[in-house]
Amino acid sequence: MQELFNIFIKSIFVDNMVFAYFLGMCSYLAVSKTVNTSAGLGIAVMFVLGITVPVDYLLNEYVLKAGALTWLSADFADVDLSFLSFILFIAIIASMVQLVEMVIEKFSPALYSSLGIFLPLIAVNCAILGGSLFMQEREYPSLAQATSFGLGSGLGFFLAIVGIAAIREKIRYSNVPGPLRGLGITFIITGLMGIAFMSFLGIKL
Amino acid sequence: MSAVKKEKEPLFSAKNRKLLTNPLNIENPITVQVLGICSALAVTAKLKPAFVMALSVIVVATFANVIISILRNGIPPRIRIIVQLVVIASLVILVDQVLKAFVYDVSKQLSVFVGLIITNCIIMGRLEAFAMGNKVWPSLLDGFGNGLGYGAILIIVGFVRELFGSGTVWGYHVIPQPVYELGYMNNGFMILPPMALIIVGVIIWIQRAKNPQLIEQK
Repeated sequence: MQELFNIFIKSIFVDNMVFAYFLGMCSYLAVSKTVNTSAGLGIAVMFVLGITVPVDYLLNEYVLKAGALTWLSADFADVDLSFLSFILFIAIIASMVQLVEMVIEKFSPALYSSLGIFLPLIAVNCAILGGSLFMQEREYPSLAQATSFGLGSGLGFFLAIVGIAAIREKIRYSNVPGPLRGLGITFIITGLMGIAFMSFLGIKL
Repeated sequence: MSAVKKEKEPLFSAKNRKLLTNPLNIENPITVQVLGICSALAVTAKLKPAFVMALSVIVVATFANVIISILRNGIPPRIRIIVQLVVIASLVILVDQVLKAFVYDVSKQLSVFVGLIITNCIIMGRLEAFAMGNKVWPSLLDGFGNGLGYGAILIIVGFVRELFGSGTVWGYHVIPQPVYELGYMNNGFMILPPMALIIVGVIIWIQRAKNPQLIEQK
């Protein structure tokens, strides 16, 4: 339990998807103009990460890893399919996003209409594929840990995008030098926020 | 006999040259189109991984553009995203295997970011915006040009961060020892992730100051 909580906190603050690894930057920059839409995207990302990371974990554990196929037959003990992981992960992500979209539309039309266009766009969000690839690289020992990593990373992305959107709403009223207006200042603010988030590095978990 | 032979467009006509040079400056994928930042910045702490990453993206962008351009009339519009993803993912797997075979240490440093070329918006973006509607040769130039534009930013950022952060370029010490003895210190801050963002911000600033048409209206 303690371990799960540690991974959760660590993936929100210390290994924040946006500030420490620059993942999901494209949608982070494109959608962060107002707080409402960015909160919608943040929730959608958290949701999808919380589903795809555990699914990809199972896929990695029982199909892709070296010797993972032994549950089928002992002959497969030295089969290593990990070079296929990119193409399978992206296929899982694309189909999961589609599935999640249909389920939400069926059971919660209100949530569906508030997430709107963001759900399908998430399939090509680097943070989602990045989450699965980090999960594979860090070799989490159990499904629960992988899930808590996925949810934590999603929450980290949510915090980051809502934070920058709030700042961008305010900065509209200030006098930014012409060439820096818009994109340039957003980059620099993100850098500064990243420095602020680095203060979490000292936390020993 | 009397039919006028249609003038063939030369390989490097003005229009085609533009496809190659525009992405380097006024249509730069990173600083103007805001595409592909995801996998760009994390690899720029040193020049060498930045260079390898740039090369990989150029290769994938060029070939993905060519392949999709060849297939463009045969892809049903409804499933084009999946087709594009499959083409890109196969190319990225090839690049990944080549990197693992020939430059293993760099491939370890790049870790997950090679895989993330798949979701790099530049490649998807150019496929959607250009290769789906253009012939093979212009698509090749477009893919190559955008790869170069991306690579140029990566290499500038990598150069600045390595020079000021570690005092080296491509792993060789360039700042002479006497300078250190005078009290100069490497700026450890440059190695940290947030600095990459700030450097790109400054590049955007310089670029827009030189090209006023790029400045965003209030």
